[in-house]
Amino acid sequence: MNAENQSHARTTALQSLLRNPSVMIGALILLCVLLIGLLAPFLHTMSPDEINPSVRNKLPGYESTLRDDDGNKFKFVHLMGTDSLGRDIYSRVVFGARVSLLIGATVAMISAVIGLLLGLLAGYFRWLDAVVMRVMDGLMAIPAILLALSMVALLNAGLSTVILAIAITEIPRVVRLVRSVVLSVREEPYVESAIAVGTPTHVLLVRHILPNTIAPLIVQTTYIAAHAILVEAVLSFLGVGISPETPTWGNIMAEGRAMFVMLPHNIFFPGVFLAVTVLAVNLFGDGLRDLLDPRMRKRL
Amino acid sequence: MFRYISKRVIATLPVMVMVVVLVFLMLRLSAADPAAIIAGDNATTEQIQEIRVQLGLDQPVLVQFGAWLSKVSTGNLGESFFFKKQVSELILDRIEPTLSLALCTIILSVFIAVPLGVLAAYYTGTWIDRVVMGLAVMGFSIPVFVVGYLFMWLFSIELSWLPVQGYQRISEGFWGWLQKILLPCFALSAVYCALIARITRTSVQEVLGEDYIRTAHAKGLTNQIVLMRHALRNAAVPIVTVIGIGIALLIGGVVVTESVFSIPGLGRLTVDAVLARDFPTVQALVLLFSLTSVMINLLIDLSYTLFDPRIRY
Repeated sequence: MNAENQSHARTTALQSLLRNPSVMIGALILLCVLLIGLLAPFLHTMSPDEINPSVRNKLPGYESTLRDDDGNKFKFVHLMGTDSLGRDIYSRVVFGARVSLLIGATVAMISAVIGLLLGLLAGYFRWLDAVVMRVMDGLMAIPAILLALSMVALLNAGLSTVILAIAITEIPRVVRLVRSVVLSVREEPYVESAIAVGTPTHVLLVRHILPNTIAPLIVQTTYIAAHAILVEAVLSFLGVGISPETPTWGNIMAEGRAMFVMLPHNIFFPGVFLAVTVLAVNLFGDGLRDLLDPRMRKRL
Repeated sequence: MFRYISKRVIATLPVMVMVVVLVFLMLRLSAADPAAIIAGDNATTEQIQEIRVQLGLDQPVLVQFGAWLSKVSTGNLGESFFFKKQVSELILDRIEPTLSLALCTIILSVFIAVPLGVLAAYYTGTWIDRVVMGLAVMGFSIPVFVVGYLFMWLFSIELSWLPVQGYQRISEGFWGWLQKILLPCFALSAVYCALIARITRTSVQEVLGEDYIRTAHAKGLTNQIVLMRHALRNAAVPIVTVIGIGIALLIGGVVVTESVFSIPGLGRLTVDAVLARDFPTVQALVLLFSLTSVMINLLIDLSYTLFDPRIRY
């Protein structure tokens, strides 16, 4: 009977997830972007790094004549035009999906794990709370983009530095969220009774307190992923992110800045992909929030 | 009231101390040696060592922190490696464009987003609500620089209504200043509008459910007066709060927007300093921006006593 009830509850949760339009639209778009990223080696028409000086700064749809390895001429269409080094924008945009999704996912995971750990400890152990929260307050007071920007400048630029720099700006938000949940839960009678029967602290934290943080944490994690994708693009766009020859949406746009007046597509194509991806993650998060955590609706 | 104010001010102090410590430590984390950067590519080890002693980099970290703190507290932010000028001079030189951009953006966003949020709350669940909230999600998702370039392309290049890039000081003519600042402000206000519209909607929605709103309707006040005089005023606290929360977002946006529109402000200076690895300048700017954001949030906390006389701690 009990098991039956449980499975029933699970199906309705899944059903309401599927019925929620913003979750569905967000998930659908994300799936498309993910497929583009995964299938990039098949979708691209040209190596994203290949420099071809004879077709620099061409408009979308430009047809160029290339030679293959055997010296035979063949026609080639640059679907989204080329940049100032003659690289094919379409192929670069397709590969750019990989970097954005990778950054979004890794930053979200890292900040969720570290933030969860710190938040649990800070919320449960009063003596740790003051220290951890002061550091978090300080980190949060520094505007995220500035913090990430200076971190990347101080350490050596690269994919892992960018991930680390963005994660550091996001961790305090997770810590705050988890801590606030822990603080409210630790006063609950069932936690007190668990303490009374002598439950070891680690069991108490993992079995009784941790599960309460999961729902708001999942919601927060999607927002972090969206924000991380944006910040990475900003860093690359400003020229301090991942090295410029790597095809990322931010890098393609940075490359297109100088020629913007003549060739706006260098900024618009990656920009549209970026905006749609972030929009999808945000929509997904909004839908999840409505379903998982009705109390959070009022919050931003 | 005095107790509340002093309590808030004291609560802000640890945050400020933490920011100062973090900004100082940031430089210690650096993989690069500032002395080597100043000395240039052809310097010998002895020369680098000399500069290191000159800068006090051979001292223990705590001593360095003390020296740095005592300098910063007197307004001496050090000399820029790259611009070969006092950092405080650089900042004074570039503060006007940034202030113009930030203030105009806040004013513009409040004027656009608050009415939209009120409309969305009043027509909750209708297509008006959906359109406004849809726009808000879009505002959150489209990066500032994409919005910036989109506006630049549309209004400056296609329609040629406004100049493409650059900045004109207000002292060189108000009209020219306005023309140049308008487009960056609109671009930057997208995110801010989204934030304010959302929170306005939820707080007005909450207020509209209160008894006194029904009473106001019952005594025959028009919808307009009920909304403006009763609902909006009581929703003011969360709206003001969100302006404070958004300051960090605004500062990040300023950095990007100034780069897009070639505005010679503090944001552009930050990016230039980061690219040149000009540590004293980066450090000073991060400190300045962070403390500004903390101070604004403090002022906003204090302003609650004006907006909402019920708040007395």
